[in-house]
Amino acid sequence: MIRLIKRPTPSRGWIVATPVLAVIVTMIAGGIMFALLGKDPFEAIRIIFLDPLFDDRFAAYSRPQLLVKAGPLILIAIGLSLGFRAGIWNIGAEGQYIIGAICGAGFGLAFYPSENVLIFPGMVMAGALGGWAWAMIPGILKTRFRTNEILVSLLLVYVAEAILASAATNWLRNPDGAGFPGSRNLSRHAGTANPELLANTGMHWGVVAAFIAVIAAYVLLNKHVLGYQIKLAGQAPRAARFAGVNPTRLVLLCLGVSGALAGMAGLFEVSGPAGQISIDFNVGYGFTAIIVAFLGRLHPVGILLAGLLMALTYIGGELAQLMMGIPASAIQAFQGMLLFFLLALDVLSNYQIKFGREAVT
Amino acid sequence: MTKFTKLLATAAVAVGLALPAVAQEDPFQIGYVYVGPVGDYGWTWTHDQGRQAVEAAYGDRVETVYAENVPEGADAERVMTQMILGGADMILTTSFGYREATENVARQFPDVHFEHATGYLDDNSPSNVAVYSARFYEGRAVMGHIAGHMTESNIVGYIASYPIPEVIRGINSAFIHARQVNPDVEFRVVWAYTWFDPAVEADAAQALLDAGADVILQHTDSTAPMTVLAAAGAYGFGQASDMIQFAPAPRISSIMDQWGDYYVRRVGEAMDGTWAQSNTWEGIADGMVGIGEITDAIPAEVRASATALRDAIAAGTYQPFTGPINRQDGSVWLAAGETADDLTLATLRFYVEGLTGDIPN
Amino acid sequence: MIDPITLITALIATSTPILLAAIGELVVEKSGVLNLGVEGMMIIGAVCGFMVAVGTGSPWLGFVAGMAGATALSLVFAFLTQVLLSNQVATGLALTLFGLGLAALLGEPYAGIIPPPTSDVFPQAMHAIPVIGPILLSHDIIIYLSVALVAATWFVLKHTRVGLILRAVGENHDAAHALGYKVVRIRVLAIMFGGACAGLGGAYLSLVRVPSWTEGMTVGAGWIALAIVVFASWKPWRALIGAYLFGGIAALQLRLQAAEIGVPVALLDASPYLVTIIVLVVISSDRSRAALNAPAALGRVFHATS
Repeated sequence: MIRLIKRPTPSRGWIVATPVLAVIVTMIAGGIMFALLGKDPFEAIRIIFLDPLFDDRFAAYSRPQLLVKAGPLILIAIGLSLGFRAGIWNIGAEGQYIIGAICGAGFGLAFYPSENVLIFPGMVMAGALGGWAWAMIPGILKTRFRTNEILVSLLLVYVAEAILASAATNWLRNPDGAGFPGSRNLSRHAGTANPELLANTGMHWGVVAAFIAVIAAYVLLNKHVLGYQIKLAGQAPRAARFAGVNPTRLVLLCLGVSGALAGMAGLFEVSGPAGQISIDFNVGYGFTAIIVAFLGRLHPVGILLAGLLMALTYIGGELAQLMMGIPASAIQAFQGMLLFFLLALDVLSNYQIKFGREAVT
Repeated sequence: MTKFTKLLATAAVAVGLALPAVAQEDPFQIGYVYVGPVGDYGWTWTHDQGRQAVEAAYGDRVETVYAENVPEGADAERVMTQMILGGADMILTTSFGYREATENVARQFPDVHFEHATGYLDDNSPSNVAVYSARFYEGRAVMGHIAGHMTESNIVGYIASYPIPEVIRGINSAFIHARQVNPDVEFRVVWAYTWFDPAVEADAAQALLDAGADVILQHTDSTAPMTVLAAAGAYGFGQASDMIQFAPAPRISSIMDQWGDYYVRRVGEAMDGTWAQSNTWEGIADGMVGIGEITDAIPAEVRASATALRDAIAAGTYQPFTGPINRQDGSVWLAAGETADDLTLATLRFYVEGLTGDIPN
Repeated sequence: MIDPITLITALIATSTPILLAAIGELVVEKSGVLNLGVEGMMIIGAVCGFMVAVGTGSPWLGFVAGMAGATALSLVFAFLTQVLLSNQVATGLALTLFGLGLAALLGEPYAGIIPPPTSDVFPQAMHAIPVIGPILLSHDIIIYLSVALVAATWFVLKHTRVGLILRAVGENHDAAHALGYKVVRIRVLAIMFGGACAGLGGAYLSLVRVPSWTEGMTVGAGWIALAIVVFASWKPWRALIGAYLFGGIAALQLRLQAAEIGVPVALLDASPYLVTIIVLVVISSDRSRAALNAPAALGRVFHATS
């Protein structure tokens, strides 16, 4: 019989070892899956994890791409982690991402063709505001009407996609674009662009924002009373109320912050890597960020590393498709496995495993 | 380089030039970027059929790689770049939304040839990008003609995806030719706002049938409407792929995307060194649009007239958009005998006279 | 204009996969577990059902296989969350991710194939009876089964001892454990039931509704099912209403377009989701009802210390 005994404090050794162990186990299990598909498992694992970082042909290009891919994931995940810690489940970050992008792009395009340096900061604020407002809908519904925020935020993702389709085919459509859907290209116009700040690093303002968010979240959670309240609300809701935590304020704050960060991520993406508002520029970062938040154990530094790891599996996975013909679905299953093993092994940091029956005392 | 190395290099080049047959050892590598999965049995599947045609035509002289489900934007740029870094000499991107990415990467790699499906060129487009598309509206003319004959309720249903010129063009073309043979026919258009969603497509087909339609045309990719039509005894047409498994009814004909010949031709030109930028819009005549077998469920006279229409279009003696045609608001678009030029067709955003209903905005 | 009879007939078929998944998830959540992996289980059910139906020629074996496949996947979730005590939200999401990828892998050779057909229960002649014919008598057996399942779930939860124990575990797992009930075992069984229902819903999608197999064919149906559970305040009959309402709005908006009634299409497209939100707000703002229905222990980790 397996018994789990809770540790008084989580084991620091295991906290560090678990992700490494999880990656190793995933490599093994994934290797078996690739072998069953008829592909060389060692080559596949090497292509996914090592080639993007070290291979002569790709690494110089792929390494900066890690930041491009990880940036929005980290930014959104940081915002989500605050809410998740407090037991506030914002599952609709994808919708906030979309609305933020639309608001920010709309703001920037309203001033086209001006190249005033104030436009881009204005776009960032508009993006944050758009995402914030979209997240306020589930926030207000939860605090006024006790409506479940998982449900509302999720359904609003579909509504946001409908708005996006309308924007791309109609009111944000590029007037010089020969009638085709999609807005003007924001990344190639100096007034609205989110360029690469340091050549060949993939670092654009979104990545910078992600790093700032990591530091800010760390400071908030560890040094600020609000961070203490967030953690308390998640672990002991009743104690939190006695300690004077205002639940309404907390819900609105957590949802608002995560919405604003997701909205900013959307704006950075649309004015940088994606380049324009199009019917499906959103690729699911809002949902992947949830996974990143948990992979990082809701800890800012953990999220930073988890975001980079997730980005590595995406980029390495693409390479595996190209170099070995491994189907995209196998990579998706691989990512699911990684998360499974991490969650499974996580038990070791919080619990001791003992075998045999308990002695009667 | 040292003098010795330079000597070696020169010798190597000399040897290389002296043995042209041996210089072909390195296969010509072609990369395909797909927006959906190959298993969709629709849009992406037909492009993959084209890829396989290239492999069949050239054997060992070519090597093809592909990536599926590539989101538009930064991911597409990365996938293309990685393909090139891995040795690709030619890249084909199979969705309109890849335009920005294709042009960006093309600028960075001027020696690589790019073919962008359903795209368009403007003054800024780099010279190593070619665009191509198929005159699907020619196929829809034939389908509309058949539909006009076959409907008994005089209501034809149309499952449309997004209000973009390509879709509007198809509706107009089908309607014009249905009206030609049946002055009382009406079209009812349902906008599914998706290219592929079997459940929604089945619902849309049912809604149209319930509204009185007995023939359905679709611009969405799944076979779901076919099952609904089979149960109701109505007629429909295959889209993108032949959907022959539903013949002889409800699928009474189909429009097939056939990219093989174009791909084989362009790859050959690239290998020969005769490839040049082009804007290709081919139809039935060149085989890019195929008309699937017109089944026995259709009376012989209709089959004959539909075949005649198809042949006339193929021979170039008839252009589907030939006046007199008015716009929906009654104003004159094409005078008698006047044909629409490619630019107008490519940017078409209005319905022709006789179509009730509005284009969503 | 729009014919209400055909609308109702259509929406019943549209809503059934979602209803099946929702009923399963409702039982799971009543036992105190939040399984966000419904989408993953549905699509595994769809592909397994399809593979077996095509391989054996029998749609019935296909339905069973769909249920079995999804149940097997749900066991992974059960092991991780009930034995290894992992976070339920994250594990559910991992389940969805893994399920989608695995299903696409398994289903690759099956694109474009038509499965064996599933027959209707009542003879064709009865379909023609006015009003009752199409609405009540023209469906296949899975649809009738889904309604029966709702009724059975309601009855078991409300009037049997098993249901009482399940609800107790969901309200306060520590107290239930102290009373001697095997919390982990009950939850695992509930999770398996949820998996079987989601699998049946997915198999229905690939064997009857479409019917064919394509990668990602559930297109978010699992998420809608989750929404419906909350919408229904965890009450089975409300889940039926919720599923039918959602399917009904979705079917209605297509018919509004077909009838050329001039409502902006983007608005119609979003209408099922907007209406669901509005109804949800109305329901949950009713103080006396809402607070009593969410299982108090939902999502919390149960760890026996004795």
